[in-house]
Amino acid sequence: MTESTYRIQGATGEWEVVIGLEVHAQVTSNAKLFSGAATAFGAEPNTQVSLVDAAMPGMLPVPNRECIRQAVRTGMAIDAQINKWSRFDRKNYFYADLPQGYQISQLYHPIVGEGQIAITLDEKNPETSTKVIGVERIHVEQDAGKLMHDQHPTSSYVDLNRSGVALMEIVSKPDMRSPAEAGAYLSKLRTILRYVGSCDGNMDQGSMRADVNVSVRKPGEPFGTRTETKNVNSVRFVMAVVEHEASRQVDVLEAGGKVVQETRLYDPDRNETRSMRSKEDAHDYRYFPDPDLLPLELDDAFLEDCRQSLPELPDAKRARYEGDLGLSAYNAATLTADADTARWFEALLAEAARIQKKGESDVAKASANWLLSELYGALNRLGKSLEESPVSAGEGAELLALVADGTISGTIAKQVFEIMLETGDKPGRIVEEKGLKQTSDTGAIEAAVAKVLADNADKVEQYRGGKEALFGFFVGQTMKAMQGKANPQVVNELVKKALG
Amino acid sequence: MTELTDLTVAEIRDGFRAGDFSAREVAEGFNANVAAAKALNAFIVETPEKALEAADAADRAKAAGEALGALAGVPIGMKDLFCTQGVQTTAASHMLEGFVPTYESTVSGKLWAAGAGMLGKLNLDQFAMGSSNETSYYGNVISPWRRNDGGNAALAPGGSSGGSSSAISARLCPAATGTDTGGSIRQPAAFTGISGIKPTYGRCSRWGIVAFASSLDQAGPMARTVRDNAILLEVMSGFDPKDSTSLDLPVPQWEANLSSDLKGKTVGIPKEYRPDGLNAEISAMWDRGIEWLKDAGANVVEVSLPHTKYALPTYYIIAPAEASSNLARYDGVRYGQRDLPDGAGLQDMYAATRAAGFGPEVKRRIMIGTYVLSAGFYDAYYTQAQKVRALIARDFELAFEKCDLLLTPTAPSASFALGEKQADPLAMYLNDVFTVPASLAGLPAMAVPGGLDAAGLPIGLQIIGKALDEQTVLNASLAIEERAGFSARPDKWW
Repeated sequence: MTESTYRIQGATGEWEVVIGLEVHAQVTSNAKLFSGAATAFGAEPNTQVSLVDAAMPGMLPVPNRECIRQAVRTGMAIDAQINKWSRFDRKNYFYADLPQGYQISQLYHPIVGEGQIAITLDEKNPETSTKVIGVERIHVEQDAGKLMHDQHPTSSYVDLNRSGVALMEIVSKPDMRSPAEAGAYLSKLRTILRYVGSCDGNMDQGSMRADVNVSVRKPGEPFGTRTETKNVNSVRFVMAVVEHEASRQVDVLEAGGKVVQETRLYDPDRNETRSMRSKEDAHDYRYFPDPDLLPLELDDAFLEDCRQSLPELPDAKRARYEGDLGLSAYNAATLTADADTARWFEALLAEAARIQKKGESDVAKASANWLLSELYGALNRLGKSLEESPVSAGEGAELLALVADGTISGTIAKQVFEIMLETGDKPGRIVEEKGLKQTSDTGAIEAAVAKVLADNADKVEQYRGGKEALFGFFVGQTMKAMQGKANPQVVNELVKKALG
Repeated sequence: MTELTDLTVAEIRDGFRAGDFSAREVAEGFNANVAAAKALNAFIVETPEKALEAADAADRAKAAGEALGALAGVPIGMKDLFCTQGVQTTAASHMLEGFVPTYESTVSGKLWAAGAGMLGKLNLDQFAMGSSNETSYYGNVISPWRRNDGGNAALAPGGSSGGSSSAISARLCPAATGTDTGGSIRQPAAFTGISGIKPTYGRCSRWGIVAFASSLDQAGPMARTVRDNAILLEVMSGFDPKDSTSLDLPVPQWEANLSSDLKGKTVGIPKEYRPDGLNAEISAMWDRGIEWLKDAGANVVEVSLPHTKYALPTYYIIAPAEASSNLARYDGVRYGQRDLPDGAGLQDMYAATRAAGFGPEVKRRIMIGTYVLSAGFYDAYYTQAQKVRALIARDFELAFEKCDLLLTPTAPSASFALGEKQADPLAMYLNDVFTVPASLAGLPAMAVPGGLDAAGLPIGLQIIGKALDEQTVLNASLAIEERAGFSARPDKWW
C-alpha cells in the first residue's frame, strides 16, 4: 500500500485532493432490466421500446435474471459482499426522458455491498505503487431515455431506446488522492468489467460513465465539501476533472470563499467544470420500495453458478504470468490490462507450446515479446486493433516456432512477418517459397567470413588492437553477405574463430 | 318464461349449452338493457358489437360441436380500469380520455379467451379512487336502488366499482369485473345487493390494469350469486409471468368444490369491528349472519384484531403514497391528455396537463402521497405505516389460529345519497373501515347480501378468509346466501 504524495501547491500551503467515483456501467444483456426490449447501440430512435419502457398504463416491471446475474458476478470479481436479499426502490422525479416518472433503483438495500479494487500506478514497479481502493456498493438501476434538442426549432424529441436499460452503479469509497489514482481506478474497473463480461466498457458509446466527487483539504484535516461532476465519459476526462476541480476549489478556499456542494458538468472543449445545480435545488426523490416488485432473493445455487462462471481475473492472471510464465512485471501488466489481449496472448501461447512440443513457460517470453513489439508495432502502423489483426494467433505461433527451431533467424522472421501482413500467407510457405531458410552450412559461411575480413583488413587490425566492439560489425557484415539466412550462432562461432 | 337477462351466469352458461337459447339471444337481451339504462350512467363505452361477436362465435362453436370455453355465451361488463385492446380505456379520467390501448389486460384476455363477450366499459371512480362513484370524469353512476320513503334521491352505487355494481343489480349484465384496493369490489356490492370477491393478493394478474396502489390492487368478479363469482374467479385467476407479484400456484376448482356445509369450521367475530355507535341495522344484520353460519354447522368464537383502528389511517398513507408515484406517468408526453399553454416549457406542460387531467380526489391523494414520501416525513408516515401494516397482517394470522374465517359487516351503512358525503373526504373514507384491513393483509374477502334495511336498501356481510383459502370464503358466503334468500331487486325507474 502506498500513500499518494500528490499535492496542490496553494498560496497557503499544500492541499490534498480527495476523490470518489460513482461509475454507471451498462450491463451487457440482450434485454432491458425490466422489459423484454432489446438493447442494441445505435438503433433508430424508439425502435427498442416495449410497452413497459414507454410506461403505458397498467404495465409492470419483471426483473431480467441475466442483468441480476451480471451484477452479482461483477460483485464477486471485486471480492465484494453479495447481498442475498436486496430490494428495488423508486426514485421519483419528472423528466421527459423518464416515462414512468420514477427510476427503479436500489437505494436502501443494494445487491452488492463492500468490495475492493487494487490499482497499480507504475506497472514497472508494482510492489511500490499498488493501492487498494474500497468499493462502497454496487446497485442495479434503470437508465433513462434521451432528449434530442436538435431535431426541430421549437420542440424537443424523446428517444426511449435507452429507457429501462440495466445499469450497475459502482460507488467507490473516497479513497483516491490524485488524478492518476482516479484514472487508474477507472481503467482497472473497466478491465475487470470486460474480463467478467458484465459491461463492454465502451465509454465513447456511453456504456460506461463516471460521476466524479472531488473535495480538497489540508493534509490531515477532515474531508472538505465535495462537488459532483456528472457523466464524465473517458479516463482522460476524469483525470482532467479532478485536476481542474481541485485547483478551482483551492482557489475558492484560498480566496476566503466556501466550496458549494453542487452538481457540476464538465466541458471537454474548454476543459472546465460548470455549476449545474446546487444542493438547494436538489430534487426530493421520495424514494420508497417499488410495490410492483418483490424483494430480490438469491439462492445458493444461483450464487454458485455465478461464481463458477467467473473467468480468471486480471490480478490473478497477472500474477500467474509473472510467477508461472516468468514474464516481466511490465509485460505481465500490459498483456493482462485488457481481456482481449490476454485472450489473444493465451491462444498464441497455447499454439506455440503445441507446435514446439514445449511447456507454455518455455515459449512465454518469446511469445510475449513478439506480440508486444512485432505485432503491436505492425498493428499500430496499420491502425488496427488486435481483433482486426491480419495475422492470427496460430500463424504467429507458427512463425515463432520457425525461429525457435532454427529454420529462420530473428531478422528473417521480421521479413516473413511483413510478408504475412501483406499477403496473408502462412509463414512456413513464405519461408519455403522465398528460400529464406537459414543455413548452417559452415563452408559457405566460412567463405563469407573470410571475404568480410579480407575486405575490412583495417578493422581487423583495430579489433586485434583491442577494439572488441567491432566484433558485432563483422557478424553483421557476414549476415548481410549471407542475406540474413545464416544461422547467427554459427556465424558468431566462425567469426570468432577466424579472428583468432 | 324468465327474461334471459334475469338469469345468473351459471344459468346462462348451462342453458346455452343445453340449447334452451342461443348466445346471440342473451347478448341481444343485455345489449337492449344497456341501451335502455343511460340514466344509470353505468357505462363509459358501450360495446354491443363486441358482445354479439363473442355470442356468435359461441353459437358457431356450439353448432360445430367444438369445445366451449367456461364462459361461452356469457356477456359481461368490464370495469374501465382494465386495458382493452382497441377499446378506449380511461380509468374514468379526463387524463386518459381517448386512450385506446394496443394491448389487452391479462385478466380481461382470460375472460375473452373463455368465451365471454364484452357489453361495454363500466364507469368507476376516477383512477379507482372513491367510495361512491362520484369522482368519475364521466359523471356519477346512479344506483338502481331507491329508498322506500317515496323520495327520489339518487343513491350512490358504491365505489370504486360502482358502474359494475349498478349494472349488475339493474340486470344490465349478469356479471362484471371489479378491482379492489381498499374495498372497491365489496362496498359497491354491499350497496347494491350483489356479491363480489377480492381474492388473495396475487391470484389475479395486475398486468394491464391501470394501477392505483400496486401493493393493494386486486381484480375480482362481481355477480348476483356466489356460484357466479366462483365461475368468474376461476377464469380470472392464474400465474402471469408479466406480473412479478402474481402467485405461481394452480387455480383451484372453486365452483366444483362449493359447499354450504360448514361443519367443523370455526367463524371468528372480531370484536373491534363493533365500535360504539355502529349502525343498529348493520349490527342486527351481523347478528343474523352469525346465526346463519351457526345454522350451517359452524362454531362461532370471538376474536381480537387489536390494530384494526389503525387500518384506515395506514391505508390512507400507503395507498396514496403508491398512487402518487404510479400516476406520475400521466405527464402529457406520450399518450393521453396534453395541455401545452402558449410558450410553455416542460414544467408548465406537466402542471397544466395534470391540473386539467386529474379530478380533485385524485389530486388530493397525489398530494397526500407526495407529502408522506417526502424527505423528513417518510419515516414518520410511510415507514410507520408499513410497520402497522405488518401488525395488522399479524393480527389476522393470530386470529386464524383460532378460526377458519371471519364474519364482519361490509360497510358501516347502506347506500347514501349522491352528494351527501362528497364535501367531507374523511366521512367518505370511513366507508372503507371494514374492508381495508383485509386489503392491507392481502387476504381474500367477499361481500354477500343479507337483506334490506328499513329504508329498503340492501345491506350485506363480509367474509374474510385465510390467504389462498378462497374456497372457505366462497362456501361461507354460499351458506349465508342460501339462508338470507336475498331476492330483492330494484324497481325499474330508469
